[in-house]
Amino acid sequence: MKLGKWLLPTYAILALVYLLVPIVYTIAFSFNDSQRTNIIWNGFTWNNWLTVCEAQGVCEAFGNSIFIASISTLVATVLGTAISIALVRYRFKFRSAMTLLLFMPMATPEVVLGAGLASQFLAAGMPKGITTVILAHIMFCISFVVVTVRARVASLDPKLEEAGRDLYGSPSQVWWRITFPLLLPGIVAAALLSFALSFDDFIITNFNRGAVDTFPSYVYTAAARGIPAEANVIASGVFLLAIAMVLVAQIGGAIRRKKLGITT
Amino acid sequence: MANEPSGRGFAQSGADLELVHVTKSFPGFTAVDDLSLTIPAGSFFALLGPSGCGKTTTLRLIAGLEEPTAGKILVGGKDITNTKAYQRPVNTVFQSYALFPHMTILENVAFGLKRRKIAEPLKLAHEALALVELDHLAQRKPQQLSGGQQQRVALARAVVNRPALLLLDEPLGALDLKLRRQMQIELKAIQSEVGLTFLHVTHDQEEAMTMADTVAVMNKGKIEQMGAPAELYELPHTRFVATFLGQSNLFDGQVTGTEGDTLVVSVPGATLHVSAARSQVSAGAITVGVRPEKLEIHRESPKAAGRQVVGPGRVIDTSFAGVSTQYVVTVPELGDITVFEQNDGDIVAVGEEVWLSWSIGHAFGLPIEAPFDETDLSTRALATAVQ
Ligand SMILES: Nc1ncnc2c1ncn2[C@@H]1O[C@H](COP(=O)(O)OP(=O)(O)OP(=O)(O)O)[C@@H](O)[C@H]1O
Ligand SMILES: [Mg+2]
Repeated sequence: MKLGKWLLPTYAILALVYLLVPIVYTIAFSFNDSQRTNIIWNGFTWNNWLTVCEAQGVCEAFGNSIFIASISTLVATVLGTAISIALVRYRFKFRSAMTLLLFMPMATPEVVLGAGLASQFLAAGMPKGITTVILAHIMFCISFVVVTVRARVASLDPKLEEAGRDLYGSPSQVWWRITFPLLLPGIVAAALLSFALSFDDFIITNFNRGAVDTFPSYVYTAAARGIPAEANVIASGVFLLAIAMVLVAQIGGAIRRKKLGITT
Repeated sequence: MANEPSGRGFAQSGADLELVHVTKSFPGFTAVDDLSLTIPAGSFFALLGPSGCGKTTTLRLIAGLEEPTAGKILVGGKDITNTKAYQRPVNTVFQSYALFPHMTILENVAFGLKRRKIAEPLKLAHEALALVELDHLAQRKPQQLSGGQQQRVALARAVVNRPALLLLDEPLGALDLKLRRQMQIELKAIQSEVGLTFLHVTHDQEEAMTMADTVAVMNKGKIEQMGAPAELYELPHTRFVATFLGQSNLFDGQVTGTEGDTLVVSVPGATLHVSAARSQVSAGAITVGVRPEKLEIHRESPKAAGRQVVGPGRVIDTSFAGVSTQYVVTVPELGDITVFEQNDGDIVAVGEEVWLSWSIGHAFGLPIEAPFDETDLSTRALATAVQ
């Protein structure tokens, strides 16, 4: 059928273009020799990339975001992994209630969550700042970690850990040599997801950040005046870094598979 | 000392295992029911039983992977009931292999040695792999092996530790006949060389009988009978053992009197005799049994002293099985009787009228009980079918 032959590729190309246009725009305008605003193309320059930290506050906000995302990811991943194991392996009181509670942050609208947290921090007398942002991020990241890691724990055969114990592995040896390596792909996925969510979050952060700027909140404020090209540089940088990580993982996996193929 | 839990180095000899009134109940289900047994050091003990009778649970209790609801477990005279799995001088070959998927075969086999800080773990692991003929695959991952190869790795991974007590949960189930025979010989060699104690769970009666010093037949969480293979086969104590271990022709009847040391039993359609010494009951209801290969088939009514004769009956089925032929003979009122005859060239045809006889000394008497659920036998039937 003629139509069917053309429809799918056309549709796919259109969808890809639609997805890629904003990204290409962002990257292109990171090279714009902008004057006061970065809206009109004024010619190509490397300057924005070379002097990225000279614009007021961009790098500070970026640093804050990285710091917040790192701490939140670390804490949420550790706690979330422990919770996942408990939820899958043990039967305890309020287990199903706990599962439900863990899904709440994902289901609740972010504005509600952000506002609710803000009033909680106010009631507790906690000044808004990096700490409150980190606490808020840990809270919603845990949910995503649990969802990701739980599936991995459920697919882990308890017999493997039993075999480890049978072969003289103490509880800590069994954890580090058997359980942890087998859960690692899930844990890494959860950590990457947490990092991305935390780095990206604007709404909840905005309710709890006080005077601290994160990268999204900086861009939001700057947008009123016309986003500086330095913000495009950082956004492009993050994007390229993510692409690079995916490529490395893919190529690494391919090499590993090939190596195994050779030894067989 | 060789038998100390998590002791350094290898066991110098096997340790005896003692289960004292061990019970394991799961919510709503008792998997192991007041089980007591002693396995002497250095012996090869086989545990036979239908699927779901509690064999794996028994092994898990001994390995420390499950806690008994009641009872005590002793290895080498030492109560280990309250010690942890990794402290017990016991290794298991798991029914489901449980190989570590993220490690190579070599790392899998060396795992236990490394945990106990035994010198040259890789060299020993290679040797163990050579024993199961898999050394050439040492660098592969478990997923890259066939089921039978994985099973042999599981075997090597446990055996390499030379534990005082080795628990084998159907360790040869996935192997073809030739490899299975070969592994049986290897296992037996390892066992007798170091004098380790083996507790071997199997579905394969022939394997149990050829390898084990002692066979225990388990049913519904209890041991029905335990003893040397020949003893168990020749003189079963229960209907379950008589039908689970090999085949038996069984006739339900009543003891009507005695003639010297022989019981006279009246069954529908015949009067049978069984030696009182070979019967578990001496009065009242009784089941008389005789193994099919003990029966002789005759074209004319035989006259022989000391032999039990039944018939005439009619051959309704014959099946040729190489060394022997299996006949099914139906005798009015007595029912269908199975006969195994050596093949000496004279094959009786279906439809012929025949008499059957057996030496009275070969019959055995059992307490009467309802024939056990045939579905229990399904896995055994499967297991024997694939042999
Ligand atoms: N964790 C558990 N909870 C509840 N019941 C269990 C549990 N583990 C085992 N059982 C039950 O205990 C019985 C004995 O199980 P077990 O695994 O010991 O059987 P088995 O003799 O090894 O059988 P197979 O020959 O099929 O391996 C089974 O009926 C099983 O359903
Ligand atoms: Mg089992």
